[in-house]
Amino acid sequence: MAEPDVLYVDLHLVHEVTSPQAFDGLRVSGRAVRRPDLTLATMDHNTPTDDRTPDDLARKQIEALVRNCDEFGVRLYPLGSRDQGIVHVISPQLGLTQPGMVIVCGDSHTSTHGAFGAIAFGIGTSEVEHVLATQTIAQARPATMAITVDGDLPAEVSAKDVILGIIARIGVGGGAGAIVEYRGSAIRALSMEGRMTVCNMSIEAGARAGMVAPDDTTFAYVEGRPFAPKGADWQRALDEWRSLAGDDDATFDREVRIDAAELRPYVTWGTNPAQSAPIDGVVPDPDAFDEPSKREAARRALAYQALRPGTRVRDIGVDAVFIGSCTNARIEDLRAAAGVVAGRRVRSGVRALVVPGSARVKEQAEREGLDRVFREAGFEWRNAGCSMCLGMNPDVLRPGERCASTSNRNFEGRQGPGGRTHLVSPVVAAATAVKGSFALPSDLA
Amino acid sequence: MDKVTRISGRALPLDRADVDTDQIIPASYLKRLERTGYGDGLFAAWRKDPTFVLNDPRYAGAVVLVAGPNFGCGSSREHAAWALRDAGFRAVIAPSFADIFRTNALRTGLVPARLERAQVDRLLAAVAADAGTEIEIDVVAARVRVPSVGIDAPLDLDEFTRWRLTEGLDDIGLTLRHEADIAAYEARRPAWMPQVGRTT
Ligand code: SF4
Repeated sequence: MAEPDVLYVDLHLVHEVTSPQAFDGLRVSGRAVRRPDLTLATMDHNTPTDDRTPDDLARKQIEALVRNCDEFGVRLYPLGSRDQGIVHVISPQLGLTQPGMVIVCGDSHTSTHGAFGAIAFGIGTSEVEHVLATQTIAQARPATMAITVDGDLPAEVSAKDVILGIIARIGVGGGAGAIVEYRGSAIRALSMEGRMTVCNMSIEAGARAGMVAPDDTTFAYVEGRPFAPKGADWQRALDEWRSLAGDDDATFDREVRIDAAELRPYVTWGTNPAQSAPIDGVVPDPDAFDEPSKREAARRALAYQALRPGTRVRDIGVDAVFIGSCTNARIEDLRAAAGVVAGRRVRSGVRALVVPGSARVKEQAEREGLDRVFREAGFEWRNAGCSMCLGMNPDVLRPGERCASTSNRNFEGRQGPGGRTHLVSPVVAAATAVKGSFALPSDLA
Repeated sequence: MDKVTRISGRALPLDRADVDTDQIIPASYLKRLERTGYGDGLFAAWRKDPTFVLNDPRYAGAVVLVAGPNFGCGSSREHAAWALRDAGFRAVIAPSFADIFRTNALRTGLVPARLERAQVDRLLAAVAADAGTEIEIDVVAARVRVPSVGIDAPLDLDEFTRWRLTEGLDDIGLTLRHEADIAAYEARRPAWMPQVGRTT
């Protein structure tokens, strides 16, 4: 009887929402955390990003994490710590995410860490318990899929648009059962933060994980970070990491090729991340879809989003703009957005929020004066956390509110019951905040 | 985990593709510290619509959910599987499942049964027409049977997974049978790999 493979987990990231039942399970069965030194916890999902206090239930979850980490010897970066932040932002920033590692977390966007050439994927709470107890995870071998993006990205097209463009082409189930390797010159040309944005949304195409082969860009990013190997170890690590990249002529179970020149800045119109249109486009007519289930899904999505087929994307007005999340709240994202809003004002009536991905990102942005740029333009400047990405903490859309969001999911109610989400890149979000309707930076006078 | 050997009963038809875990249970319901008590959150937003199928009294007591492809996409929240269990579902039949949901379901003893698209469509139509349609999922024999529509299909679960389900085995215990191998691998890991550091 064939058993699944057992993979050793090099780093296990833990947060407050998906871990309490796992720690309880350990207590019930009298098990310890096998490797607390390979486990890191933070709080991000439930936490307020301003001075509001968490509701009672959220507070209980936050307190449970503190207690559990204390009892089981797990390092925790709690609210208020300099190293707190969205779990997928803090680990790379600390240099904990390194090439060749197996990284798991009770969160589907763990795929982010694949940007370093790591195998990184999200797991459920029972598996969290399994990893805590055994430092391993049972896995059936996934299929392999290559998505190659060659050529130069057009102006105003960012890493976010690359992944939205990919998902639009392959669909929300297009990567199912596979680990995707992103290849090609357009991917190589991305910064580490851009690669993280791409890998982050692999799960939105249904992929088990996404990765980019490590190269000099990767090594330069990791070098010198707090947990990066030092001295002679750095050389040893580099020797190992240089051996990881696949061959140019490697074969995959599935292959997709995309010409970078065809990509545009995208805006999602629907309620899944594949339902997007170029910003110069229009809201599609559901009848134009061949497949009945796609037609039906588009119809439902347009009803939920209160949009009419044929509406120009640029004519859609927004009530809110959210710049944040593990997809697009790193320092380069904030710099790009600040560059667009500098000297401009958020359109009156639009609620605009910037939520740095981590306390360190916030600190860095403040050193660079980005907080002032955002504040002067009329944005709220918040503390680190998941914030309006998921409708769990105090930052939520009101029913019927329409939001341009740099996050990763536009599911019904994702940002709050009845809220309408449109996924965009940071520069489109910034320009949209100024204009009040979807816009590119170059649209601004 | 309880042993899961055979599930039989009526089904609830949810003819939608790409049902995401934010719909199965919205984030605002994830604040509990326990593994149970999520039934109220199941499809909380859709349930506000009185015409939503879960509100249809004809389907009360259904134990199988029948849905479109890519069921359970999105978030890794195991709460989605817990909510289905808490609401009385023992299995989901769909043409395909999102990877993490499928794993979570199996960990929770909720059987994800994959059938071909055409069979699922037939089943959806049959259940929509007759809420009394009886479905049997035989985990031991690895069959899915719906006699009234002539479905007798293989249950797409490997032998190991079925053994775990039918014996109600503890996954951690199963893995720890390989303790010697894990320890040997652990001893060989390069010393330069990062460690967060213990706090105690
Ligand atoms: S920012 Fe959003 S997607 Fe990322 S970990 Fe937080 S809730 Fe999940």
